[in-house]
Amino acid sequence: MSFISYLINGVSLGSVYAIIALGYTMVYGIAKMLNFAHGDVIMVGGFAVFTIVSTLGLPPILGILIAVVICTALGMAIERVAYKPLRNASSPLAVLITAIGVSYLLQNVALLIFGANTKSFTSVVAISPLKLADGQLIISGETIVTIIAGIIVMICLTLFVNKSKAGQAMLAVSEDKGAAQLMGINVNGTIALTFAIGSALAAVAGVLLCSAYPSLTPYTGAMPGIKAFVAAVFGGIGSIPGAMIGGILLGIIEILGKAYISSQMADAIVFAVLIIVLLVKPTGILGKNIQEKV
Amino acid sequence: MKKFNKIMSVVMASAVTAALFAGCGNADEKTPAADSSSEANNAEQETEAADDTASASGVFKIGGIGPTTGSAAVYGIAVQNAAQLAVDEINAAGGINGVPIEFKFEDDECDAEKSVNAYNTLKDWGMQMLMGTVTSGCSVAVAEKTAEDNMFQLTPSGSSVDCVKYDNAFRVCFSDPNQGAASALYIGENAVASKIAVIYDSSDIYSSGIYEKFVTEAANQPFEIVSAEAFTADNKTDFSVQLQKAKDAGAELVFLPIYYTEASLILSQASTMGYAPIFFGCDGLDGILNVENFDTSLAEGVMLLTPFAADAEDELTQNFVTAYKEKFGDTPNQFAADAYDAIYAIKAAGEKAGITPDMDMSAMCEAMKGAMPEITLDGLTGIGMTWDASGEPNKAPKAVKITDGVYTAM
Amino acid sequence: MKKMKMTKTAKNNLITYIMVFLAYIAVQILLATGNISSLMKGLLVPLCIYVMLAVSLNLTVGILGELSLGHAGFMCVGAFSSAFFSKCMDGAMPDGVRFLLALLIGAAAAGFFGILIGIPVLRLKGDYLAIVTLAFGEIIKNLVNVLYIGKDKNGFHFSMKDSISLHLEEEGQVIVNGAQGITGTPHDATFTIGIILIFISLIIILNLINSRDGRAIMSIRDNRIAAESIGINITKYKLMAFSISASIAGAAGVLYAHNLSTLTALPKNFGYNMSIMILVFVVLGGIGNIRGSIIAAIILTLLPELLRGLSDYRMLIYAIVLIAMMLFNWSPKAVAWKERLKERYFPKRLRKEKEVK
Repeated sequence: MSFISYLINGVSLGSVYAIIALGYTMVYGIAKMLNFAHGDVIMVGGFAVFTIVSTLGLPPILGILIAVVICTALGMAIERVAYKPLRNASSPLAVLITAIGVSYLLQNVALLIFGANTKSFTSVVAISPLKLADGQLIISGETIVTIIAGIIVMICLTLFVNKSKAGQAMLAVSEDKGAAQLMGINVNGTIALTFAIGSALAAVAGVLLCSAYPSLTPYTGAMPGIKAFVAAVFGGIGSIPGAMIGGILLGIIEILGKAYISSQMADAIVFAVLIIVLLVKPTGILGKNIQEKV
Repeated sequence: MKKFNKIMSVVMASAVTAALFAGCGNADEKTPAADSSSEANNAEQETEAADDTASASGVFKIGGIGPTTGSAAVYGIAVQNAAQLAVDEINAAGGINGVPIEFKFEDDECDAEKSVNAYNTLKDWGMQMLMGTVTSGCSVAVAEKTAEDNMFQLTPSGSSVDCVKYDNAFRVCFSDPNQGAASALYIGENAVASKIAVIYDSSDIYSSGIYEKFVTEAANQPFEIVSAEAFTADNKTDFSVQLQKAKDAGAELVFLPIYYTEASLILSQASTMGYAPIFFGCDGLDGILNVENFDTSLAEGVMLLTPFAADAEDELTQNFVTAYKEKFGDTPNQFAADAYDAIYAIKAAGEKAGITPDMDMSAMCEAMKGAMPEITLDGLTGIGMTWDASGEPNKAPKAVKITDGVYTAM
Repeated sequence: MKKMKMTKTAKNNLITYIMVFLAYIAVQILLATGNISSLMKGLLVPLCIYVMLAVSLNLTVGILGELSLGHAGFMCVGAFSSAFFSKCMDGAMPDGVRFLLALLIGAAAAGFFGILIGIPVLRLKGDYLAIVTLAFGEIIKNLVNVLYIGKDKNGFHFSMKDSISLHLEEEGQVIVNGAQGITGTPHDATFTIGIILIFISLIIILNLINSRDGRAIMSIRDNRIAAESIGINITKYKLMAFSISASIAGAAGVLYAHNLSTLTALPKNFGYNMSIMILVFVVLGGIGNIRGSIIAAIILTLLPELLRGLSDYRMLIYAIVLIAMMLFNWSPKAVAWKERLKERYFPKRLRKEKEVK
């Protein structure tokens, strides 16, 4: 019984990682950059909802909508100011470092505005927990909503990328920027759109993260951000279903590792599994294998 | 192109270095702590605005160190604010021996190396006594330096054993082993529970220190530790496993020698699981009721051993809490209380020793060292606090229980 | 033509050595005349540490061309192994000998880990390699945090749970105490030692770059398949660069451990944050540019200290400055603008460069 319970907990944690990883993988797939500031955009989303719902007392749904708008605007602004000028820099590492700078910036702005004190986030999910087997197994409302939201986001993103014109443009840009430009695709616009979508997803992820784990500080996004990044790599970075699978597997491994091996070494276990997976399958579970040419 | 880059970086580097040395030059002119009269004069000129009560003898320069950025910022900021509050009060009331205090706080990001940098910065500023550092790891590193310089150090919240290893260092809070033993003793003596689970932060000095002593002491107590699970700084959002194990082991009481940020998550996750043991914590748990927007009904029945509770009825606490809220908009936590007491302890010891601002750092340290064990302080974190020459405080922890969203004494 | 190019590299390297040497002399003069602030004095050893880390990571990132996000892990290995040795041997042998041995042990241990990790990791490419190095760095940090080693009359005791399960005798001493780390490591690191270590690192790296092996390594960076096709042993050269880089980082860790009396493996000092910080030094200073790394490490270490006057806004300004410096140094527009400026103000030198080309 406790094993099933651990498994359920693993899925709950994993679903949060998954929804963050979806945003991560989206941006990576198109812009080919590790956006280290993604976790901090999540934190901004959390604070936006917190301010609107808990401080101003407005309804949660309005809070989520405003948070999505704020994060989208923020994501596009970051892209425009900090990433775009470096798109054609001589090394791809330049933009990685700038992303780290942006991450510090967001954390410190939040620290100045909201202070360092922990805020307790009121869950926006009003579904009561699902009790199975005489209350032995409990699936919280947040978990249910997060998984459903994750699946919806995954399907929508897949449809969007494969069916819509803008989505096709994204695929083209991710394959070959130069060729896409020659085909008349607005590369800058497409990348900006990618960041807009990625950041909107970050807002949703922020709300769900904070609902599931209701503690909010300026540093809330950092660690889940890194974990979600690991999840995205795990599933094959750039792959949308991969992010979902990677996230959930990561959550399960983390919880089972904690439960059956050692609670102190949970992270070491997660990372060790990641290394093993990558050594066996160097581009992640669902990653494409790219042939290298001279 | 490359060359231009290089030139630019060299220019920038030299500009930075020049700025640094220029800054130091100034600082050096003002500071040599040994040179009494000129220093006092300079210091006075520097702070004319701050101290209208200043007499000809200058100011006492007290420095503080703690994390005001980074994930431990909440503790450092509390200490900074409360210490400033205490300093302002003391200055308004005429200072120490009629001499006002000047207080300066430096950020260490909770990193031992940065902490030493902060200490050196304060030394350049002319610090005569150190109220810090806030966190244990940094405190141990800085204690090494203060011992070398023979500077008086009083840490508000550095609780690990090594923080007061040297005789120039004192602390306001309890030591970790002290809290662990006290908790085990309390639970055993009052027969609170017979099966106990522990959830602690194995990557934190404070938490693992308490945990170890608790386990050692538990061997002599009539209860049994049925589960002991850890978490780490990188893995502190999900506690379902730790709680599940405690539940499966049939623990009636969960001991939480951790800070309230994580504890608030544990409480809410336990409630989702439908697990309702007694939760028992140490001073780190204080502050849980003041987490903004926290559902205090989750904390119903939580017991903690703490020297300070922001809801206490006594006049001193009430005044402090009101003043703090007014000035900084937050409810003070136990770190703030420790810092407030630290400044008053410095005042009391300073008056006992009859220190004057023209004493050099080392002489002041000697005087303070001698005076500390002789003072008795009625502070926020204890009535009739005294200190041993070893640096440990003597005060009694209060056991409180949260009922109806407020602390009640047990 | 060829001869001229050789002398140019030699000249370039000489400038780097002289720069470090002059910095040393300048600091010594300031120290002797007492014109140096306590802050600066306290920063001297950390500066040496960060310079060594930046230079060593540049070997991996700039010369070998692989992105590593786990460099702090090697520093951690060097720091803990040497601190453990020093703590055990304190008083048993002369301080100088002990520190020298600790240094060798730290560098060797880190180098060993470099090989150990390098063998599987270097098969991967690009961002996947980066994430695996990050994973290894985090694993090292996590394991050090659950490592308990104690010593009593029965010898060493070892545990991965807590210090209680070491079951030490009464007089036993816990040396490595999990998250509480190692306290009371002797304070041996000095600025002179730091500078000597920087010199040694520079000699190793600069000579490697200009050697046959170095050219082989760079050929892997520029085109792995082409390098392989002309018979270069990819694994051997990758491992060579990676382990040298790791052991220099280990030596920096030794310096770190012997500079502070407390050694704990926090996310802050040995986590991925630190690895990224070192990478920032390398990228800001110019990938593959050793002298740039030195300068960037110095600027970025001093910057937060210089900004202390801004109190609450310190880290905010630091972040903004970091972004601005990156944009200024790397964005193609800024690069072109600088080119134009250069054309206007240094036309002579530009012409000369063009002639050389």
